Amino acid sequence: MPSLLQRDAVFYRQKHLLAIEGLHPPEISHLLDLAESYVLLNRSGKTQRDLLRGRTLINLFFEDSTRTRTSFELAGKRLGADVINMSVSTSSVNKGETLLDTAATLNAMQCDLLVVRHGQSGAPNLLAKKVEASVINAGDGTHEHPTQALLDALTIKRRKGRIAGLTVAICGDVMHSRVARSNIHLLTTMGCQVHVVGPPTLMPAETSELGVTVFHDMKAGLAGADIVMMLRLQRERMTRGQVPSEREYFRFWGLDAEKLAYAKPDALVMHPGPMNRGVEIDSAVADDPVRSVIKEQVEMGVAVRMAVLDTLSRGEGRNEP
Amino acid sequence: MSPDTLFSGVRIVADGVDLIGDLLVRDGRIADFGPALGRPDGAILVSEPDAVLCPGLVDMRAALGEPGYEYRETIASASQAAAAGGITTLAALPDTMPVIDDPALVRLLRARGEETGSLTILPYGAITRACKGEELAELGLLQEAGAIAFTDGGRAVGSARVMRLALSYARGFGAWIAQHPEDPSLANGGAATESLYSSRLGIPGIPAAAEAMLIARDIRLVRLTGGSVHFAHVSTAEALDLIRQAKNDGLSVTCDTAPPYFDLNETAIGEFRTYAKLSPPLRKDSDRVAVVAGLADGTIDAIASDHQPRDADDKRLPFAQAAPGGVGLATLLGVTLAHVHNGEIGLAAAIALLTARPAKRLGIDAGRIAKGAPADLCLFHPDRIWKVESGLLPGKAQNTPFDGRALEGVVLGTWKSGRRVFSRS
Repeated sequence: MPSLLQRDAVFYRQKHLLAIEGLHPPEISHLLDLAESYVLLNRSGKTQRDLLRGRTLINLFFEDSTRTRTSFELAGKRLGADVINMSVSTSSVNKGETLLDTAATLNAMQCDLLVVRHGQSGAPNLLAKKVEASVINAGDGTHEHPTQALLDALTIKRRKGRIAGLTVAICGDVMHSRVARSNIHLLTTMGCQVHVVGPPTLMPAETSELGVTVFHDMKAGLAGADIVMMLRLQRERMTRGQVPSEREYFRFWGLDAEKLAYAKPDALVMHPGPMNRGVEIDSAVADDPVRSVIKEQVEMGVAVRMAVLDTLSRGEGRNEP
Repeated sequence: MSPDTLFSGVRIVADGVDLIGDLLVRDGRIADFGPALGRPDGAILVSEPDAVLCPGLVDMRAALGEPGYEYRETIASASQAAAAGGITTLAALPDTMPVIDDPALVRLLRARGEETGSLTILPYGAITRACKGEELAELGLLQEAGAIAFTDGGRAVGSARVMRLALSYARGFGAWIAQHPEDPSLANGGAATESLYSSRLGIPGIPAAAEAMLIARDIRLVRLTGGSVHFAHVSTAEALDLIRQAKNDGLSVTCDTAPPYFDLNETAIGEFRTYAKLSPPLRKDSDRVAVVAGLADGTIDAIASDHQPRDADDKRLPFAQAAPGGVGLATLLGVTLAHVHNGEIGLAAAIALLTARPAKRLGIDAGRIAKGAPADLCLFHPDRIWKVESGLLPGKAQNTPFDGRALEGVVLGTWKSGRRVFSRS
């Protein structure tokens, strides 16, 4: 584990963090190791407020989010950055000119680190081409949510002692989930067996080509799993006819104690939040103090984001154009 | 009276013609051609060793910015790009603003083409009012005003009932229908072909089957009505199989494709490159290979530019929100020649796909080299190299999906009715 002071030991050589796809195992390991040291620091009550002193971090959220925004805000403040939250209401952003106008504004503000959440896949990539700041993707459309995958991996690593060799079942609305995509890339890159489980209407095309095994049945998909990762099901999936009803979804793909029993006896339950209790996950499982690590995921989120901000602020590298 | 022009020592290639020799232009028409002609007094001599002289290209599918989208492209700028690309005849799509569903607009476009002096514009009329796919436009009056055929441009006629009426009614006027073959209920909301690639990028997909389904439906409607259909920018293997079969069955079915569909595949999207967002979307490489095969075996009747001018604000958006379409006038010949150079199609067949065969489908006297034929000509050097660069293309719109592509084959000059309208500087 690199110490916080070991500034030479940087293996992450990119300007931005736009996606997990394309990262190499040493880059992921570096971020996870650094994040782990921040977990210890945070728990000890010490701070590291000089690291980002004088740096400006802007949280630019085009979609509502409490959890991710607060997590980045806390991470930035714990490292001493000046943190500004900009929430852009979705109604005023139906034209992309606004996105690029925003980029111009941010350049004028001398922003160093830009955290972006946007409803459109690829919006952070577009911004990254136009702003001088390092861009961190905090979730774009149905593309990626890299810091979520990192915090999930850190949670797994701390609980299981390793990542490689584990079997992870990712369950639910894979098609519309940026969390699922980032996790699939991270976990397959780091040597996990990944099962994806869900109804065929919520499975993206050619998912198995991503190096995962696709299941439509929870019993088969959860067999042998060390980790059961549930995804949020958005209610609009019902109105658009991709699943007939909540009760049918819960019957076949909702995680309850009965279905959890298909996984390994010590399998952990994860969820990126916010949960739809009784739709994709039963409260008894979500709140199980032994099996559920959902609250721990939130704690890991702050540490992972501190590691990402720390790494990118060192300006070691450049993403390819 | 303009002076004669003598092309000397060039390779003359056209439907049924492939020789090295001379060609004489007089009074806007081809006066003679053959192995060696004498030079009349006062004739302009054009002598370019190793160059190929072919008929001016006939582009059977291109969108112009006028009327309504002049910020993207004007007829003047499009005609410059066309001349630089060797194109002398162009069939213009009707989904402009307003839509070309009124005879006066057809006459206007024809006249605007004549004003350019370099480009014959053949307007398509709309199949349905405002291209909404609901009520038939006045096909008879539009044809009388000069509409070459009917299409709703980039929009498919989604209703089988309306398409049946269109095919049936147009048949009464001896007219045909060009369809954008994509089932709207499957394709709407999609932005890239549905595949591993779209799954990875989290871009909503359009399944390849959306194209095949509408083509299968329309072939059945041709059987039902005795009508005549043309499928535009065909992009999938499955669709070509259906068209091949329909042609074998003797139905009046034709199709075209455009350079992106035989030269690029879905990976051109890269990391959300909106210039590679087209409609239909760029497909998997197996589909691209099938399009090449369709060109080689004659299933595809024409290569069209499928020119769709867009400005930066249409494209500098997140991928799913960006407007689809790419410019294609200046690269039509060069990209086609790339597939001659790599041995996939013969030169004469490629030229026919760009000239005589679309002219035949359009029913016009163009795209041929014969005594007395109009002297619409394109002179190009088949091996000279250039690089496609967005920002440096002729014309106003610069949204090329081929940005950075090196091409062999440079247009040296273009002649419209015997008058030189483009000259490579």
